[in-house]
Amino acid sequence: MGDLFNIFMKVKLLKLAHARSGDKGDTANVGLIALREEFYPVLAREVTAARVKEHYGRLVGGEVERFELPNLGALNFLLHESLGGGGTLSLMTDAQGKTFSTALLRMEVEVPDDEARALGIEIPNG
Amino acid sequence: MSTRRETIRIACGQGFWGDMLDAPVRQVTEGPIDYLMLDYLAEVTMSIMQKQRARDAGAGYARDFVPLMREILPACVARDIRVTANAGGVNPEGCAEAVRGVARELGLGGRLKIGTVTGDDIMGRLDELLERGVELRNMDTGEPLSKVRERVQSANAYLGAWPLVEALNRGARVVITGRSTDTGLTLAPLIHEFGWGENDWDVLAAGTVAGHIIECGAQCSGGNCQYEWQTIPDLAGVGFPIVEAGPDGSFVVTKHDGTGGRVSVPSVKEQLVYEMGDPVAYITPDCVADFTTIQLADAGRDRVRVSGIKGRPATEFLKVSVSYSAGFKAVGTLVYAWPDAYAKARAADQILRARLERLGLKFDHTLTEFVGVNSTHGHLAGEPDADAPEVQLRIGVRGEDRKAVERFTKEIAPLILTGPPAVTGFAGGRPKVEEIVAYWPALIPKTEIEPRVEVAEV
Repeated sequence: MGDLFNIFMKVKLLKLAHARSGDKGDTANVGLIALREEFYPVLAREVTAARVKEHYGRLVGGEVERFELPNLGALNFLLHESLGGGGTLSLMTDAQGKTFSTALLRMEVEVPDDEARALGIEIPNG
Repeated sequence: MSTRRETIRIACGQGFWGDMLDAPVRQVTEGPIDYLMLDYLAEVTMSIMQKQRARDAGAGYARDFVPLMREILPACVARDIRVTANAGGVNPEGCAEAVRGVARELGLGGRLKIGTVTGDDIMGRLDELLERGVELRNMDTGEPLSKVRERVQSANAYLGAWPLVEALNRGARVVITGRSTDTGLTLAPLIHEFGWGENDWDVLAAGTVAGHIIECGAQCSGGNCQYEWQTIPDLAGVGFPIVEAGPDGSFVVTKHDGTGGRVSVPSVKEQLVYEMGDPVAYITPDCVADFTTIQLADAGRDRVRVSGIKGRPATEFLKVSVSYSAGFKAVGTLVYAWPDAYAKARAADQILRARLERLGLKFDHTLTEFVGVNSTHGHLAGEPDADAPEVQLRIGVRGEDRKAVERFTKEIAPLILTGPPAVTGFAGGRPKVEEIVAYWPALIPKTEIEPRVEVAEV
């Protein structure tokens, strides 16, 4: 705070979005929905397919695809090869990918301080 | 139809086979509806039903449906409510026969017609199809079905709304299908009531989106809802969803007054993105719906208006769901207590794996998870709490050799007296060996499938 060089603020997606995930075979889908309409441009800009792939790391074996739904203020991600074979083949607790949703909400994005202030994003402690 | 109604209320009573048993009863009794749709078929359900039918020619359908009809059929007749359900599984005729029996016992003989939709089951035609070059390649892997032909247990094409429409047009009060799409169960009544045409792509897409929103039951009316979940009232008495649709394809998602849960713009958004692929092309047998055209608006308490939906022509294919036997699996669990709960669970995993190795057991896949540490978010959850009160060790194996998987199940309990201390959670006995029935998605030209519709008076 008050640091001249601190022009970005790190924000967890939990503060910007809600999400639901499901499965299609060995692919999990995560729909990421802006909590408020004004947050959608931040999601669309920051939460790229490449960054999502990097975030999940070894939890996603294949590619990540991204689709935009500006009408719902939402992005849809397909996480290929992420469910241990999928369906009945999978040995995972979460064979249906139901909790990949909140795993994405752990991701942090950088929002310029002035934009964050304009959007009324809560400044995290510390 | 002599006079067309301006609004049709379609209620979802079942989001999957195993959903809340009293939900459909409450949909019928706690407020006005015109149709009740019930979705019973998950992808692997068909193979279970195929096995049941192999043992008993009269079985092979969702048995819960019959006692449900006994409970609600009199009210449905009295209040002019119609039912669409894919409860028929691999034996829609058997299911219809059982429902007719119930209707006669209830003294409803001569007072209603029951429709059945068949033609989805291609199990008996597989070899003929493969011989003619219909390869039924796996949509995910590209492999031809011949690779697993010997192990196939069921094969069904997903039928769309139109065969149900025919049954409704012919006066069926209850329409029972085999493998039909979830969305078709909602779309068919709308087509029937509003006289929509086969090329009216926008309204067909709208009815499809309506179906998608309600097909998972309470998952759009407050259940499994992340948005402000702590504030959602009375989930114990959660109301299942209802669409109130008009002839222009716009509709309101709602639920009966006085029921629990919440229908809100965020709750509907969460359901819209559920199991979504490319949102521009949500493909069903009836149309291709564009989810990027959906407009949502708050229309009052527990009411969300949905409009603006655009659709495109349906494709020339139907999806086929094939199930095949794919080996065996088993999962064992033990719970380790403080202190050093996680360290103990990890040590137990190492000991177990060393024993499996010594026994020479080979598996295609072995997976260890630590519940309380990493079984949902993996490494994203960060380093576990060193002082954790307990950690569950969960280890699973999968392979073609049933004997090896069975041997594995006998190595879990011994860890209690031969491994790290302060361990419990084995009261359930040895883990069960499960036969894996895997799912093979494919496409088939529509011209290969001939739906059949029967409507008979009880």
